[in-house]
Amino acid sequence: MRGSFSTITKMFSAGVLAASLLTAPARAADDTIKVGILHSLSGTMAISETTLKDVMLMLIEEQNAKGGLLGKKLEAVVVDPASNWPLFAEKARELISKDKVAAVFGCWTSVSRKSVLPVFSELDNILFYPVQYEGEESERNVFYTGAAPNQQAIPAVDYLMSADGGSVKRWVLEGTDYVYPRTTNKILEAYLKSKGVPAEDIMVNYTPFGFSDWQTEVSAIKKFGSAGKKTAVVSTVNGDANVPFYKELGNQGIKAEDIPVMAFSVGEEELAGLDTAPLVGHLAAWNYFESVDTPENKKFIDDWHKFIKNDKRTTNDPMEAHYIGFNMWVKAVEKAGTTDPDKVIDAMVGVSVPNLTGGYSTMMPNHHITKPVLIGEIQADGQFETVSQTPGLVMGDEWSDYLPDSKNLISDWRAPLSCGNFNVATGKCGGKGTN
Amino acid sequence: MILLRAIWLTLLLTMASLLPSSAAEADLRPIIAKFAAASNFSGTEAVVRELAASGDPLVERPLSALADGNLYIRKADSQVFVGKEGGDGIELLDPLSGEKAADAAKADLTKIKVNNGLRRTIRDALGTLTLRAKDASVRLAAAATMFKTPDAANVGPLDAAIAAETDPAVKTMFEQARAASVLVSDKPETDKLAAISVIEARGDRDALSLLTSVEAGAQGAVKNLATAAIGHINSTLALWDAGQNIWYGISLGSVLLLGAIGLAITFGVMGVINMAHGEMVMLGAYTTFVVQQVIRTSFPSLFDWSLVIALPLAFLVSALVGLVIERGVIRFLYGRPLETLLATWGVSLILQQAVRTVFGPTNQEVGNPSWMSGSFDIGQLAITWNRLWILVFALLVFGVLLYVMKRTPWGLQMRAVTANRRMAASMGIRTPWVDALTFALGSGIAGIAGVALSQIDNVSPNLGRGYIIDSFMVVVFGGVGNLWGTLVGAFSLGIVNKFLEPYAGAVLGKIVVLVLIILFIQKRPRGLFALKGRAVEA
Repeated sequence: MRGSFSTITKMFSAGVLAASLLTAPARAADDTIKVGILHSLSGTMAISETTLKDVMLMLIEEQNAKGGLLGKKLEAVVVDPASNWPLFAEKARELISKDKVAAVFGCWTSVSRKSVLPVFSELDNILFYPVQYEGEESERNVFYTGAAPNQQAIPAVDYLMSADGGSVKRWVLEGTDYVYPRTTNKILEAYLKSKGVPAEDIMVNYTPFGFSDWQTEVSAIKKFGSAGKKTAVVSTVNGDANVPFYKELGNQGIKAEDIPVMAFSVGEEELAGLDTAPLVGHLAAWNYFESVDTPENKKFIDDWHKFIKNDKRTTNDPMEAHYIGFNMWVKAVEKAGTTDPDKVIDAMVGVSVPNLTGGYSTMMPNHHITKPVLIGEIQADGQFETVSQTPGLVMGDEWSDYLPDSKNLISDWRAPLSCGNFNVATGKCGGKGTN
Repeated sequence: MILLRAIWLTLLLTMASLLPSSAAEADLRPIIAKFAAASNFSGTEAVVRELAASGDPLVERPLSALADGNLYIRKADSQVFVGKEGGDGIELLDPLSGEKAADAAKADLTKIKVNNGLRRTIRDALGTLTLRAKDASVRLAAAATMFKTPDAANVGPLDAAIAAETDPAVKTMFEQARAASVLVSDKPETDKLAAISVIEARGDRDALSLLTSVEAGAQGAVKNLATAAIGHINSTLALWDAGQNIWYGISLGSVLLLGAIGLAITFGVMGVINMAHGEMVMLGAYTTFVVQQVIRTSFPSLFDWSLVIALPLAFLVSALVGLVIERGVIRFLYGRPLETLLATWGVSLILQQAVRTVFGPTNQEVGNPSWMSGSFDIGQLAITWNRLWILVFALLVFGVLLYVMKRTPWGLQMRAVTANRRMAASMGIRTPWVDALTFALGSGIAGIAGVALSQIDNVSPNLGRGYIIDSFMVVVFGGVGNLWGTLVGAFSLGIVNKFLEPYAGAVLGKIVVLVLIILFIQKRPRGLFALKGRAVEA
């Protein structure tokens, strides 16, 4: 036993040595700009986050092919926080303090973002967060390139209430039990009530993470939908639980014409694991669909297929968010003439870059961006077809107007206000927000 | 002479049927051409309504093509065609006759977009048009849509259809659809009262939904009868709901049983805390995926058999991996539960990451064979085929395993080694091999469970994670080392869970079950059916 133990020690030290040898030249080189990538490559979130790591590597490679940034080459530093929330904070610290990255692109779940926030404000670095989230937050060091609730949830509900969407009168808010669905549903409930929907026409239900036995829930939806009023489901069901949910909907014969399901967390990637024929017509609200027909999007998809060497891999909304975020960062660095995060943060506001849906996205003073909102219906080939699009761009609203806690708050990171939660009623910075 | 006459008659008849239809075709073509000019959904909807108003059964082809998203406009000349996906382009068919007209590349065509609202309009329009269709299932579907969208104008056509109908099942549906339409018409009260009784006899959620809206808009006798009917249906449905909960519970129980049954061998019989058990299930599911990939590319006709083919392969793959784990890791750790737990946990992480590296982190699509899709009704109870087959399969696997354990020499050796290892060894049983093969058997069974679970769950590297806790719960609750205990444990947990869910919600329901199990284990530490034996006591 002793022998084998010492072998393990030897192997371990050899490994450490090899690892330090590998990173050594990187640390020595000072003629590159380092970009941190903080996405889980193992554990439960790897399913969604690995793709984002790949798209970042592609964007960095493309930028280098264009001649780099400020005359230097970009270098990606990839770490794996392994779907472990405290590890996110540790890895973020490592990226900033040890690897001296100029900016970090990362996180998926809200809890991982919350766990790295203190690190970013303490070490004054930049985080680009690419996923749609529940809002109620605006930090100086974070740029939110995904959708705030008013850029996804509210327009989606508006669409369902319209004649085109079926004039829905009765609502099921179905979600996974964690912060994003709970906050979003709270906002939606307040919004629906403000539109005159009575409380008995709203049903809210939560299921655990990775839930797989949807029989009871789906039949409850069926039951709720048989009250003689047009019913729709608004789903904030997350990740893995979606596939069994949709399979059960298909098996129990819930057709989109009768009870449509509007999802906020189901994209092309999730549908790839499903036979979508029984799901045609169910909806999703995003700021980007792979099926959007613009030259920019076509080029992006071609580049992606070439980079990943698989022309079946889909693109999705958070990938576009990284595309926008990265280009904004490049532009802001060029504008500031330095990669110093403090200066880049100030240069970011007002930067405008093309998005993939044929328009421009601009970074607003609240560190959220402007985006179009698209509603798509699932097609038999696993893609979405846009059935409705907001006429103009929608500006991300970090503090929801429909929650009593946050309706008086605004955020503006430009001098002289420089405040993420300014209370317009009291005229003071530092209002109340959930979480 | 008779023959000649018959031929003559048929000729006449065909001519007769051809003539008016071609005349109608000429009328329909300009309407169909309007699709090209419609720029939005409401424009398309107006054309659909115009087509439907013609009342000609010919419009079924373009309308169903539109609903399926297969109606195209050729960019060059704005002609409307039905498209059929061909090898590397789209085959264009005439929208009315269905004859092949041309081929085109996808880029030269504009697809006419549809949304849910349009699909609904088309479905309603087709309902009225297909009342006299030859296929009974099409007529049934037509009756079902007409029931859901009652319209006073439907009474006449339905009366005619009822008179001509020979199939009793379709006839009943027609009568119900007629009753629904009568209720929204301005027919006399007596007709409406009769209609309510017809709908009450149907007694399902759709009937309830319809009566609720009737009740809201009616007065006097109609309202009273509707209220009574609603109360009646509700009380019947409450009974069916209880039945439904039991069925859901049994179905959840069968899934739990499948997950736990392999563990009942490795943990229950051998006492190995195998945290990599879920990964054996995952490997089985991935084997199914690979088998389906091969079948899709090479033998598409065999697709319905894919699961049957995958079963032995999944067993072999998982059993082999199990054998390697036992020989490579676990055999050094017998009698040290803590180390076993940590080592197998590590193995599970390695297996997950290996699968992630080979197949990628995203979900893989495992298709349902046709015999596992859809559902059927018993009374008001909808039973989905895939759940039913999984139940049958779980019981089958349980039966086979029980037979192996109780009736074969190998099973006898397994039980002997568990009961008293040293005695078994003295009797000439090669205990290390029995250990290895038992572990392989447990893993292999987890593998075939994976084949079944691939039908209802995600096939992703995380698949196993969702089952490991539940499986341990079932085995511990049922009584370690007892197969019957696992069976009873799985089904009782399933049913309790499903009875709690509608009242407590899925999250709280699960917590309550967990607390109940902890309390139960406090009272009976050995589970439902405790196994008595020397080794177990030690």
